[in-house]
Amino acid sequence: MNTKVNIAGVELKNPVTTCSGTFGSGQEYGEFVDLGLLGGVVTKGVSNVPWPGNPAPRIAETYGGMINAIGLQNPGIDVFVRRDIPYLKQYDTKIIVNVCGKTAEDYVEVVERLSQEPVDLLEINISCPNVKEGGIAFGQDPKAVEAITREVKRHARQPVIMKLSPNVTDITVMAKAAEAGGADAISLINTLTGMKIDVHRRTFAVANKTGGLSGPAIKPVAVRMVYQAANAVKIPVIGMGGIMTAEDAIEFILAGATAVAVGTANFHNPRATAEIVKGIEQYMERYKVDDICQLIGAVE
Amino acid sequence: MAKEKKTVLVTRQEQLLDDVWSLWLGAGSMALEAGPGQFISMYSRDGSRLLPRPLSICEIDRDKEELRIVYRVVGAGTQEFSALKAGDSVDILGPLGNGFPKVSPDKRVLLMGGGIGIPPMLELAKNLEGVRTAVLGYRDRLFLNREFEPWGKVLIATEDGSAGTKGNVLDAVREHGVQADVIMACGPTAMLRAIKAYAARENIECYLSLEEKMACGVGACLACVCQTKEVDHHSNVHNKRICKDGPVFAAEEVEL
Repeated sequence: MNTKVNIAGVELKNPVTTCSGTFGSGQEYGEFVDLGLLGGVVTKGVSNVPWPGNPAPRIAETYGGMINAIGLQNPGIDVFVRRDIPYLKQYDTKIIVNVCGKTAEDYVEVVERLSQEPVDLLEINISCPNVKEGGIAFGQDPKAVEAITREVKRHARQPVIMKLSPNVTDITVMAKAAEAGGADAISLINTLTGMKIDVHRRTFAVANKTGGLSGPAIKPVAVRMVYQAANAVKIPVIGMGGIMTAEDAIEFILAGATAVAVGTANFHNPRATAEIVKGIEQYMERYKVDDICQLIGAVE
Repeated sequence: MAKEKKTVLVTRQEQLLDDVWSLWLGAGSMALEAGPGQFISMYSRDGSRLLPRPLSICEIDRDKEELRIVYRVVGAGTQEFSALKAGDSVDILGPLGNGFPKVSPDKRVLLMGGGIGIPPMLELAKNLEGVRTAVLGYRDRLFLNREFEPWGKVLIATEDGSAGTKGNVLDAVREHGVQADVIMACGPTAMLRAIKAYAARENIECYLSLEEKMACGVGACLACVCQTKEVDHHSNVHNKRICKDGPVFAAEEVEL
């Protein structure tokens, strides 16, 4: 049975990775899961300098999901390179570093710093809904998506995945813009902008007022967008958005995703990633699928 | 990799007040590992509620390998927990976080708990060896106060004056002239802020247990941060993680 998939020349032992921001740099969940079982670990977004993030409360539970407005708190590239990459290097998994910034120069600075590091793939976050200046400012205009992709590609040594926002009218326009800018792959969906109000206190449930909605509540939207994007571009798609089980992961693969990422599920079950890896193998046995690649985009 | 979410059995549950419940769990090895001030994550059985509820440990019975959780019903998740009966099972993860530090037996310890911040102080009171005074603050109705009595002096403060000192825990401390070498406290942020200022003024060593909305409970998601005086080791800013670096902090370490 083959569970290996290929993203821009990088072979993942299976299609299961993590959603940026839900898994730190792996240390915390390394106490629950052998990270070597995963196809790849996608790190929390890292910027050129430390970012403090947003005020608390930063999260709120919603029906079948949650809203977060963490605000990309991270230690900056210096600490990340010194501490987090050596930690992840201990495991037989691919290291996918999520990069965030407020300006094109910020992204380029981080990408250049990573060029000499043992990192397998870069994921460029142009879709965080919780940071005003950065992230999403690049992700909702096709011209900006293409321009930032081209700029990052000019400086990147590793293949580049552009992480797209679902908070757009037509996801295929953004997917094509990333492809036109030279992206090696795209990942989607980031969170959907949402809001929750505490009716007893009459206040916003998260201090940032709005936050990103994730979890199984958004899965049908994510599957639809992955399907549309996969049919609009030739580059591989990494699918995510509410994956809780192996069947959810298979659903994204059938929709056209070459790999998947598990996010909010980690909070509900710290062993979710490993269980999904196992469950995909069981699905393949049950339906006598020799090669996972036969399932990619195989919905009829 | 030893850690995992575990399904455990409820050994008993009783209602202490309209909205306050006491739950004993057959926690097995978790009970042996746990210490005062730590917490567990407890998971709903309803798939629409994904996030675990962080609940402080009220008592640890190492002989029976049980943990006691005393919690307030504040929403649908805790409402669900309040229906648990002996023999029911529930998923938990823990013990999590760093609890209260050990104190030398020659120190006089002042324990202060406010509202649903009172439960974690009980296991702490049982574990201290020296002279201890527990000051418990309530809005009106009392709970758990009798259970503190075997472990030292107990003072009560109520907002409505129906029992003990009318006012807050610091009003009771002043009224009774309580002297202490170390303060340990858990309760609403406004109370902890006042205690921090009091401890600084009186030059008393002070530890505070904080709470915040949590998602992962294990230090990964960075939801439950508190502002700190020094740069934190994890994110290199001024934000410590309450779930992983706390929930107990030295008072001078945190900005409230």
